[in-house]
Amino acid sequence: MNLTLRVWRQKNAKTSGQFVTYQATDISAEMSFLEMLDVVNEELIKKGEEQIAFDHDCREGICGSCGMVINGTPHGPLSATTTCQLHMRFFKDGDTITIEPWRASSFPIIKDLVVDRTAFDRIIQSGGFVSVSTGGAPDGNAIPIPKEDADKAMDAAQCIGCGACVAACKNASAMLFVSAKVSHLGLLPQGHVEADRRVLNMVATMDEEGFGNCTNTGSCEAACPKEISLDNIARMNRAYAKALFKNKLA
Amino acid sequence: MAASAESMQASSAGLILRLWQSSIGKKYVMAVTGLALFLFVIVHLAGNLQIYLGPYKINEYAHLLKSTPAVLWGARAGLLAIVALHIVTALQLTAANRKARPAGYAVGKPVASTFAQRTILVSGLVLLAFIIFHLGHFTIGFVDPALLDLRDIYGRHDVYRMMVNGFSNPLVSIFYIVSMGLLLLHLSHGVSSLFQSLGLRSRKTFRFFDRLAKGAAVLLFLGNCSIPLSILLGIIK
Ligand code: HEM
Ligand code: SF4
Ligand code: FES
Repeated sequence: MNLTLRVWRQKNAKTSGQFVTYQATDISAEMSFLEMLDVVNEELIKKGEEQIAFDHDCREGICGSCGMVINGTPHGPLSATTTCQLHMRFFKDGDTITIEPWRASSFPIIKDLVVDRTAFDRIIQSGGFVSVSTGGAPDGNAIPIPKEDADKAMDAAQCIGCGACVAACKNASAMLFVSAKVSHLGLLPQGHVEADRRVLNMVATMDEEGFGNCTNTGSCEAACPKEISLDNIARMNRAYAKALFKNKLA
Repeated sequence: MAASAESMQASSAGLILRLWQSSIGKKYVMAVTGLALFLFVIVHLAGNLQIYLGPYKINEYAHLLKSTPAVLWGARAGLLAIVALHIVTALQLTAANRKARPAGYAVGKPVASTFAQRTILVSGLVLLAFIIFHLGHFTIGFVDPALLDLRDIYGRHDVYRMMVNGFSNPLVSIFYIVSMGLLLLHLSHGVSSLFQSLGLRSRKTFRFFDRLAKGAAVLLFLGNCSIPLSILLGIIK
């Protein structure tokens, strides 16, 4: 199939960018979206032009590196799918596809479709871990965990930190990401010990990094390739109040 | 003793400050003030529907509300503080959100959000204009001072006549009805959203809160609009 691409090109964070139109020719329906871009880039190399920069790593939907806004939707039209797992059979011959980077002040553009997501790393560094150093790996079932808690924690643990939630949100809020981490760690006994400190610190860092405030629209949940649920945000809203009040009494 | 009371105070102040300085804390403020305003709007409508019971009842009710100045002024001060907090917080949150997301996307519609959600600031701001006009109309009297001087045969403020005269002006009635439409929009998202902000909503209860919000918003709209409409149509005169 043949497609027309309108791709955001931007040299670096300091320059302003603009859309540039490219033709993607002879694209097979079996290609992934990133492979389609590889083909376009091959052509650009042949012509001696600068390739389109985009992030990618695993190309199997688990690392969270890839991500671009395709026709206005982060990770494109297919729900619960990362850009690398989106296949060209979901597009038609002759389609025009507009491709943009994540847009958020906290994710400044590095180049073209690549944004700087280290704000997420700093949020994790402020509490998204369990700080116990132990010896060897403990026995699998040494700590009993209720199935319900384990399920909720594992659902939250699906988050790959791609940032599509921030990209989709009209307020560029990181609540879905942060709440996934807070839930995933806080619901399990190992992480529960530090639950209060974690939620207070991670939310404080999230605010310092300049992410917006949640207005409960649900755009994040709809865009999330891992179907992280808004329930996590509600859980974090509860946990934050609890931690604040406990902190005050202590 | 003194020291521990002082540190208690300090930590209470610290708690409030921390709430106020955090995104989630501000959302609690939005939600709690929103809930209080929502409950107020329900009670306010219940009171006003007494117009259908005739002049005696509603004038009696209005007289009762104003009979204890301490209670009246306490309630007024409380409401004013709640409205002010709601608006100041809303404006601060919205300013932060615009800064966090200065550029939109070139194509496509917003992902999964509804019209009521995206227009909550606009509906809120028009409501503010409405609240100011409404107070000027029926409470302070800068719209038409004569309305506040009406007396019934018992010498009480004739609220019944004030409403009938006030809403006999179609332009005024239309402004009220349009404003109630915006309240409908505002509450159809807000009343469900506030439970999410307070961490009380989940996937299982989403439908319940969503229906509660839309249902209550529609009932409030119908109830509120019925009064100017009944007056315009001559059902109440
Ligand atoms: C009768 C008056 C009003 C009522 C009953 C009311 C009620 C509510 C409720 C229940 C919410 C949802 C809270 C939440 O999401 O947790 C809300 C949100 C909001 N209200 Fe109001 N409101 C009123 C007036 C106003 C006014 C005058 C403004 C003017 C700016 C305003 C602006 C907003 C905004 C921007 C939000 C969304 C805030 C956010 O989600 O961050 N409201 N309101
Ligand atoms: S919550 Fe979903 S959209 Fe957000 S970073 Fe995690 S996986 Fe990506
Ligand atoms: S490249 Fe790893 S998730 Fe897409």
